[in-house]
Amino acid sequence: MEEIKELDPKNRIDHMTYLPDMEVIDSDIDKKVVKAINDYDYTVFTAADVLEALKKDVLSYRDFQALLSPAAEPLLEQIAQRAQQETRKHFGNSVMMFTPVYIANYCENFCIYCGFNRHNKIRRAKLDFDEMKREFEAIAKTGLQEVLILTGESRKGSDVKYIGEACRLARKYFKVIGLEVYPMNSDEYRYLHECGADYVTVFQETYNSDKYETLHLAGHKRIWPYRFNAQERAILGGMRGVGFAALLGLDDFRKDGFATGYHAYLLQQKYPHAEIAISCPRLRPIINNDKINPKDVHERQLLQVICAYRLFLPFASITISTRESNMFRKHVIAIAATKISAGVSTGIGGHIEGEEAKGDPQFKINDNASVDYVYKEIEEMGMQPVMSDYIYV
Amino acid sequence: MKDTFKLGEHEFTSRFILGSGKYSLELIKAAVENAGAQIVTLALRRATTGNVANILDYIPKGVTLLPNTSGARNAEEAVRIARLAREVGCGDFIKIECIRDSKYLLPDNYETAKATEILAKEGFVVMPYMYPDLNAARDMVNAGAACIMPLGAPIGTNKGLATKEFIKILIDEIELPVIVDAGIGKPSQACEAMEMGAAAVMANTAIATAGDIIAMAEAFKYAIEAGRTAYLAGTGRVLETGAAASSPLTGFLSD
Repeated sequence: MEEIKELDPKNRIDHMTYLPDMEVIDSDIDKKVVKAINDYDYTVFTAADVLEALKKDVLSYRDFQALLSPAAEPLLEQIAQRAQQETRKHFGNSVMMFTPVYIANYCENFCIYCGFNRHNKIRRAKLDFDEMKREFEAIAKTGLQEVLILTGESRKGSDVKYIGEACRLARKYFKVIGLEVYPMNSDEYRYLHECGADYVTVFQETYNSDKYETLHLAGHKRIWPYRFNAQERAILGGMRGVGFAALLGLDDFRKDGFATGYHAYLLQQKYPHAEIAISCPRLRPIINNDKINPKDVHERQLLQVICAYRLFLPFASITISTRESNMFRKHVIAIAATKISAGVSTGIGGHIEGEEAKGDPQFKINDNASVDYVYKEIEEMGMQPVMSDYIYV
Repeated sequence: MKDTFKLGEHEFTSRFILGSGKYSLELIKAAVENAGAQIVTLALRRATTGNVANILDYIPKGVTLLPNTSGARNAEEAVRIARLAREVGCGDFIKIECIRDSKYLLPDNYETAKATEILAKEGFVVMPYMYPDLNAARDMVNAGAACIMPLGAPIGTNKGLATKEFIKILIDEIELPVIVDAGIGKPSQACEAMEMGAAAVMANTAIATAGDIIAMAEAFKYAIEAGRTAYLAGTGRVLETGAAASSPLTGFLSD
């Protein structure tokens, strides 16, 4: 049995201190968010606060806090109705479609809930450019025009140059390239932007740094503030848009939901041209641990969080993950989400029909629906699937 | 005589410019027909390549395509998108949208004027979407714009003519057609814009979010026609004339 030294807290590095190669930027957004989370007491809100928030055109962060509070739970139907109006105003009946492409699953981090963690015994793999090309061709055939390229977090296993080449190749097949890879410095984001990527998503997992420390035991990812500032470095590197998320179920979901929205809000305020996207993942089982689950974040709570995001950030794109059931996804796009993945594989490779994925998946997905199926389903709901809402300039 | 308005060398009888975003592709054709629209906008960023559903295929032949530069954050990007639109066969009309605020989507007049100048020189029929500011509107005119398109309210809000007083000034001072764009939420608001003397109205969200898109397109058509007829009939003067004072101030004048 391999000895895992980080299981002993004294062998872990300080999660709040930057490592030498990590760029430090001039920003106080992290401090503002931390202060706001610490001050957030969701037990003080009443139904009257929630109803007041629902009357407003532009919500304050206090209103957002009210919508995430337990007092809002019995009012979920009203909140959903209001969220739907807001979604229609900003997006009409459009629903953007995309698919994630996992190109490598090597990982240097040790995050105890993640299937890719470096101590988890799974099949590791990395697509070479020929395999990638075949993967992209297979996806392009489904009609999709937007992909999200993902890797495990390993600078060795999938270096910046490799990711850059993947973007260049993907640009030949798709109009929109997003990235969900390890956080990096702004000059590296600039390079990837030049290679054709234009969106960067980084999940903070949990905004509670004390909790974060107990879940992310080793690797670059352990450094909480460097991860927090990734979106800002991406914008400084010229990316058009950035995505935010807390992995709901890791810690107090109300506080994490609040922190996610407030983080995005402050960043958009500082960089008004930045396009904002929010994802709403809940914990899922992984290979070698079937017991992982989102704890107290049931579908009802998840919907509450998603609607609160919509009302606080009416202009933001909200993505709904295949971690959720087909039934939940279908209904939530009619209310508040605006972007949906389809034809998903979280393994390495796996978009080519009849071929097995080369590497094991990050987590077990819940909705296996194909692009065609999801497209038709959106149409049947009276909405319009949109493959491209973007132009790279 | 036919009541028409001109954009560059092109003459139009319909004063309703219809947006094609935010609703189902299958409904575009019927909406255009019921609206009697001769100009339809489209976001170039929505146009796809390959054999997937392409918005361009759903816009009926014979209407004038008005591609917009949505997605552009500055003049340079707007110019590049406009050229791309021309390359893919969208014609010479271009609606300039330069937006560097992802929250309210308010246009940047300064960048818009710069893009207008470059594109007008390249022979585009340039229709700048702008915040209703008289000085900026004059800049657009001098830069070669074919009309100006002030916003009634922030895009998508359906709040109507929140900028009414400023749009009135533009109508009074600018000789080019003034087309009210963005914020129009109801046919009555479109009608009001036309009564004020707007040359045309552009709407998208109001129709896209209606329960019956086709019927709402038609309702807008009639409202715009009614407003135009009222403007030509001269209602403004009637409404703005107050009651005569019982003791006229000028009654002392004798010779």
